[in-house]
Amino acid sequence: MLTDIEAKADLKIRARAVSAFYGAKKAVDDVSLDIGTEHVTAFIGPSGCGKSTFLRTLNRMNDTIAGARVEGRIELDGEDIYGSAMDVVQLRARVGMVFQKPNPFPKSIFENVAYGPRIHGLAPRKAELDGIVERSLRRAGLWDEVKDRLAESGTALSGGQQQRLCIARAIAVDPEVILMDEPASALDPIATARIEELIHELRGRYAIVIVTHNMQQAARVSQRTAFFHLGELVEYGDTSEIFTNPKVPRTQDYITGRYG
Amino acid sequence: MNSAPTLWRSEAMRIRVAGRYAAERRFRLIGLGAVALSLGFLAFLLGTMALNGAAGFMETRLKVAIDFPRSDLFLDAAALQGPGAQAALAGADIEGAVAAAAQARFGAAGPRLISDAGWLRVRDALAADPSLLGRKAEFSLPAASGLEGRPEYHALQATGALVRGFNLRFLTGSDATDPAAVGIWGAFKGSLLTMVVTFAIAFPIGVLSALYLEEYAPRNRWTELIEVSINNLAAVPSIIFGLLGLAVFLNFMHMPRSAPLVGGLTLALMTMPVIVIAGRNALKSVPPSVRDAALGIGASPVQVVFHHVLPLALPGILTGTIIGMARALGETAPLLMIGMRAFIAAPPGGLDEPATVLPVQIFLWSDEVSRGFVEKTSAAILVLLAFLMAMNGLAIFLRNRFETRW
Repeated sequence: MLTDIEAKADLKIRARAVSAFYGAKKAVDDVSLDIGTEHVTAFIGPSGCGKSTFLRTLNRMNDTIAGARVEGRIELDGEDIYGSAMDVVQLRARVGMVFQKPNPFPKSIFENVAYGPRIHGLAPRKAELDGIVERSLRRAGLWDEVKDRLAESGTALSGGQQQRLCIARAIAVDPEVILMDEPASALDPIATARIEELIHELRGRYAIVIVTHNMQQAARVSQRTAFFHLGELVEYGDTSEIFTNPKVPRTQDYITGRYG
Repeated sequence: MNSAPTLWRSEAMRIRVAGRYAAERRFRLIGLGAVALSLGFLAFLLGTMALNGAAGFMETRLKVAIDFPRSDLFLDAAALQGPGAQAALAGADIEGAVAAAAQARFGAAGPRLISDAGWLRVRDALAADPSLLGRKAEFSLPAASGLEGRPEYHALQATGALVRGFNLRFLTGSDATDPAAVGIWGAFKGSLLTMVVTFAIAFPIGVLSALYLEEYAPRNRWTELIEVSINNLAAVPSIIFGLLGLAVFLNFMHMPRSAPLVGGLTLALMTMPVIVIAGRNALKSVPPSVRDAALGIGASPVQVVFHHVLPLALPGILTGTIIGMARALGETAPLLMIGMRAFIAAPPGGLDEPATVLPVQIFLWSDEVSRGFVEKTSAAILVLLAFLMAMNGLAIFLRNRFETRW
């Protein structure tokens, strides 16, 4: 099952025949799809369907798991990300990630955001670094809440603020793609709404991929949706199509709540 | 399934609840008892040490006046100023002059009231101030050890010739044959130098090994073997490490015998596994989400380790290091094997000079026949405990500092 994005100019990530394994277990089976900058792409599916694993192949976070292996080809702007010419450290800066549980560093709010630009040498001068930190926090919608206490620990913030801090940290290194692995699953409805708003605001500037268990969330924030089941990509298309008029019966069953 | 409703207010239920409370109380009492018992032991130990040891820090001095111009000492002030001063002092019978003065003051038994090493203070005083030779001077000389228990003690006290004072020499001197003249500084410095070597070797190697094994090493049979070996090493009796040190550092590498360098290396071998094990546990307890976060914004593995994982693990690593170093500080057996039990009458000048360490010194003194060594042994134990507490205090201070930084 494969759907290409019509506007080729928009193409950011192109995955072809990607399979991922944990040891002998195949977690992702022959998935091909394209991801663009214009749309927010949502991966949905029941637990253990391989959507998070596939997400983690996109910035090679699976490399850190012992026994994990990836087959197939994934291109970022035409470059093979598993190729020998690709530097994995730079790749992860270009393809940022926001995790399921907010995981700010146990350092100050400022240090949390400044860490990425600092290790990549993006801001040689203090004033530039200050600028990046403010801009990132503004974009993540957190600036007004924390501007007077940048020196306080990032772990002292509320869960929703922590997650927005993590988003600010990811966008501080000016990535091209942001991968979000169930970013709101540990948050209350109000904090979730803030994150969803934020995703709307960030759309267009970054290619955004979001994994979610919450189908309403997928319907609200995404323009394109991929449905995964048992490691396979079952259906991929416009979100409105998938939710109102799915072509595959399995998708229909999942969306109408018959399993999952 | 029994469908009868549970009778929460029945008598059987009331007894069960009462029994549960009783068990709770019993358990709390047993725990409290255990804590009280160990505190009692500790208090007893520290109490007896402090009582015995306090006397070790004090000394009884006898006031003796020496009239140098009229003594048989053939010395003149001029001879003590040139380069030949040492030789002139060595040639003079100062000991005889002190004995004569004591005899004049206290009668025939006088010379035996003064410590064998008492005349050394007169010599030191003369070396410092040769002008003393021109007049009559009064000295407070250490009394012979055990004088406090002898019958003439009270008579002497009545004459006002006795002074009780703090024994500074105990803190500044080294080992001696006369308990009244011994000092702890030599052993203290030996311990200090040995600990410096142990820390300098064991801490970096231990931490780097823990980092490599935890963060980089592939999980295979070899690393498992290494892991098992390290765990076993931590359990090896310390005297075996002494034999290893003797065989490798002394017999094979021909390092100097009895030196803090060799002692430190031997103790480092013993301490390293403790640091590696504690370090690995500390690294393991750093939440993986921190690693993910750092990797996720493109930190390299080395940056992840040194910017995030290691700082978070440091308090735990320091705790392990304290335990290892405290054990090394109190260790005697391996140091006996490498010759640190020799009689060393001067503090070591460097890492390669003969030295002894506090626990070995305590062991040697406790083995002495003379009564005066009993309180010196207790005093030395107090010094060792103070050293230990200072070391642990420093480590706890460092640990808290690192903890509050985040």
